[in-house]
Amino acid sequence: MSSGPLLSVEGVTVDLPTRRGMLRAVESVDLALLPGRTLGIAGESGSGKTMLSRAILGLLPRRARLAGRVAFDGADLTRLDPEALRKLRGRSLAVVFQDPMTSLNPVLTIGRQITETLQEHLGLAGATARARAAELLAAVGIAEPEQRLRQYPHQLSGGMRQRAVIAIALSCEPKLLIADEPTTALDVTIQAQILDLLAREQRRRRMAMILITHDLGVLAGRTDEVAVMYAGRIVERAPTPVLFAGRRMPYTEALLAAIPKLDAAPHTPLQTVAGRPPDPTRRIFGCAFAPRCKYAVEHCRYEAPPLAGSGPGHLYACWLPLPAQHVPA
Amino acid sequence: MAVLDTAVDGAVAPRPQRRLSNVFWAAAAWIAIVVLAAAFANFLPIQSPTDMDMLARRMPPDAQHWLGTDGLGRDILSRLIFGARTSLTVGLLSPLIGLLFGAALGMLAGYFRGKFEALAMGGMDVLLAFPPLVLVLAITAYLGQSVLNLSMTIGFLSIPPFARVARATTLSLAQREFVTAARALGATHARILLRELLPNVLLPLAAFFLLAVAVTIVVEGALSFLGLGVPPPTSSWGSMIGEGRESLDIAPWLAFIPAGVLFLTVLAFNLVGDALRAITDPRENAL
Amino acid sequence: MLGYVGRRLLHLFPVLLAVTLLTFLIASLLPGDLAVAILGDQATPEKVAALRGQMGLDQPVAWRYLHWLGDVIHGELGRSFRTGETVLATIGARLPVSLELMIMAELAGLLIGVPLGILCAVRQGGSLDRLLTGSAFGMLSVPAFLWAILLIYLFAVELHLLPATGWVPFEEDALGNLKSFVLPALTLALGEWPVLMRVLRSDMIATLQEDYIAMAKAKGLRPARILLVHALKPSSLTLVTVSGINIGRLIGGAIIVETIFALPGIGRLLVGAIYTRDFIILQGVVLFVAVGFVLLNFAVDMLYAVLDPRIRHGRA
Repeated sequence: MSSGPLLSVEGVTVDLPTRRGMLRAVESVDLALLPGRTLGIAGESGSGKTMLSRAILGLLPRRARLAGRVAFDGADLTRLDPEALRKLRGRSLAVVFQDPMTSLNPVLTIGRQITETLQEHLGLAGATARARAAELLAAVGIAEPEQRLRQYPHQLSGGMRQRAVIAIALSCEPKLLIADEPTTALDVTIQAQILDLLAREQRRRRMAMILITHDLGVLAGRTDEVAVMYAGRIVERAPTPVLFAGRRMPYTEALLAAIPKLDAAPHTPLQTVAGRPPDPTRRIFGCAFAPRCKYAVEHCRYEAPPLAGSGPGHLYACWLPLPAQHVPA
Repeated sequence: MAVLDTAVDGAVAPRPQRRLSNVFWAAAAWIAIVVLAAAFANFLPIQSPTDMDMLARRMPPDAQHWLGTDGLGRDILSRLIFGARTSLTVGLLSPLIGLLFGAALGMLAGYFRGKFEALAMGGMDVLLAFPPLVLVLAITAYLGQSVLNLSMTIGFLSIPPFARVARATTLSLAQREFVTAARALGATHARILLRELLPNVLLPLAAFFLLAVAVTIVVEGALSFLGLGVPPPTSSWGSMIGEGRESLDIAPWLAFIPAGVLFLTVLAFNLVGDALRAITDPRENAL
Repeated sequence: MLGYVGRRLLHLFPVLLAVTLLTFLIASLLPGDLAVAILGDQATPEKVAALRGQMGLDQPVAWRYLHWLGDVIHGELGRSFRTGETVLATIGARLPVSLELMIMAELAGLLIGVPLGILCAVRQGGSLDRLLTGSAFGMLSVPAFLWAILLIYLFAVELHLLPATGWVPFEEDALGNLKSFVLPALTLALGEWPVLMRVLRSDMIATLQEDYIAMAKAKGLRPARILLVHALKPSSLTLVTVSGINIGRLIGGAIIVETIFALPGIGRLLVGAIYTRDFIILQGVVLFVAVGFVLLNFAVDMLYAVLDPRIRHGRA
């Protein structure tokens, strides 16, 4: 086990050829994640956060062009041969997708979908595998696990399905779990349960986790560090409390403002971020957020601000960062 | 396995819009040639298709017989051309019957729904569950083998598929705004059916018609091959192939020349019908 | 589940009835006197009248139909006036031949079509895919009897490997029996596989874009397993339908193929019955064929439920 980050994303850029030209989905992303820590990635749809997760997993579409380096547990994933990569996936590197109804195969039983992973990576078979699968289902909070093993995805509720997906992800004790919008497709009441489940399992297994979401509220209190993405780039990155209390980039401010507050007065209109994300097939000059930014000046439209830091571990890309605020220790 | 990567492509670039390809035009040209040759057969400088010359049987091509002679000394080329007449007559007449009656039935069923639709479609199901060749054979056996009988029977049997296509198209069209608008303007049923629905239903039906022609040519060919189709001495591609079967060991071309022509014609109709269908119905799945 | 089964059965009954009625009408209303045809040279007015009375031919059509229907319900399909054999016995003698042909043909078609369909779906858009799809289209334009001629020419005439016609019972000569089915089954299969391949390819292309396939990849499963277990099963519904319909058609006796290869199956039985005006056989066999077709559709519906558990539990 090497010391240093478990996952290191260096200068990753993803381009997709489309009919309308080359689409730059991700631009020069740098990230690092230590073992056992949680990183949150926040951004609107189209910000490139899903493409980034696919790039890390090596699941990009065939036509995509990847530049940069992804180092995981000592190995460079971008240079690994397909067979070695396949062995890592599901075992050391696990993923939970957004919609459990579509990420589970409708014609296979839940049990099969768990045991096949156990069989592939851990060599478990038969009764042993089924027993372990039942244990996993119980661990994620599914009652009567033996029965559930024989059932099909459509026979479970949405929350249970996602729990099953998490069980599958955790089955081989991964070192890193990537959760891409794990609660977006679920009822609000279930969302907190699932997030708590993830956090709990993570602590127990000392697993590193990347939590991807469009909802910053989900990341508060559940992550160690947050990276905010916009138009394929990281525009702010900081330890979580620092970001929430002392955000510097106006986009982050807008995202934070969009979170409905429990203690707001009734009928307070929900804040939105006006405008739309830029067209990713056009080259962007200047700051990508400038058209929607209420603080933007001419300079912002001409030159893209670099991701640079002030305080420890706090990076942001803005020419006119918002004033630094006092951060509670 | 690298091949799987291709498959898991989420962002596959969509297929380019298919223009009418060279293959399509070649097929259309072939159909034109065959139709013209069949239509003007009597005026072409070819031998008679029925003159037998027992001294010149199974001859290879020469100046007199451009494609040689068959087992009874008849000129192959001319039999091919007159055979085209038979195949095309049945091939065009039967689907026409199917189109006229089937489209009418299907449109009415799809438009009026209710008991009429249930009855009509039920009738179609019955006809479809019936072994088709049995009906054709029964009619030709009891009423005699002739081009007309054959065409009518096959035509009758092709009504259900046309009815189905017409009904399906009508069902989807009847929900659309232009029909509702017409009704709101006080148009009668007849007017809506004829002026609004029919033009739109016609195009998918046309594509289906061409495919039906291909199938009919095959059916007629198969029946003639077995000697159960058009009676001799009328030549038909099927009967030529059937006769050629006798001499496969010594003169295989007697069977394969008409076979080739039959295949090319069926292929041509399939290609043209398919291209038309691709234009009118963009779902790639439809067979 | 029972409701599903029941509903399907109810739907098909009236169709069955109508088919038999249609057959009966055709057989009865056609020109020519059956009794005269049967008696042939020995026809005298007295004998004809006697035979007609005996066969019930002088009764109205409706009466005869109901009478026949009543017999059918009791399992009495009648007895051929030509051969004296019961319809059931005749069918029983011919059925194994048709079944063997049917099964071999469909299996062969699937054996060719399924792997090619999977291959094309995985390499979609590539040159292999285009070549195979184009060939499939071309082959669809080749009628069964043309395949028959081609195969006979290749294997029987040129290579002398297989018999051109003729059939030996299995009990007599197992190898000979199988050999006599190769060309006929292949003839049918060559017409089947393009359809099966296209259908599977199309469904599989759609399935491979589903999230659960990406998930299977993310779990690090072997590509072969992803294809055959995760992708094939959900893609096979249309394939099963088409296979089922094709087998159902073949139940009607692959008349053309049986005639060309001189196989004593149901198809030739039907043709023979038409030409000898043995309408008892004709009705019985058509009924049998229609029932078979209907039952097969039913079996296909049941197979759906096995393949897709969502249908089993009432949600699609």
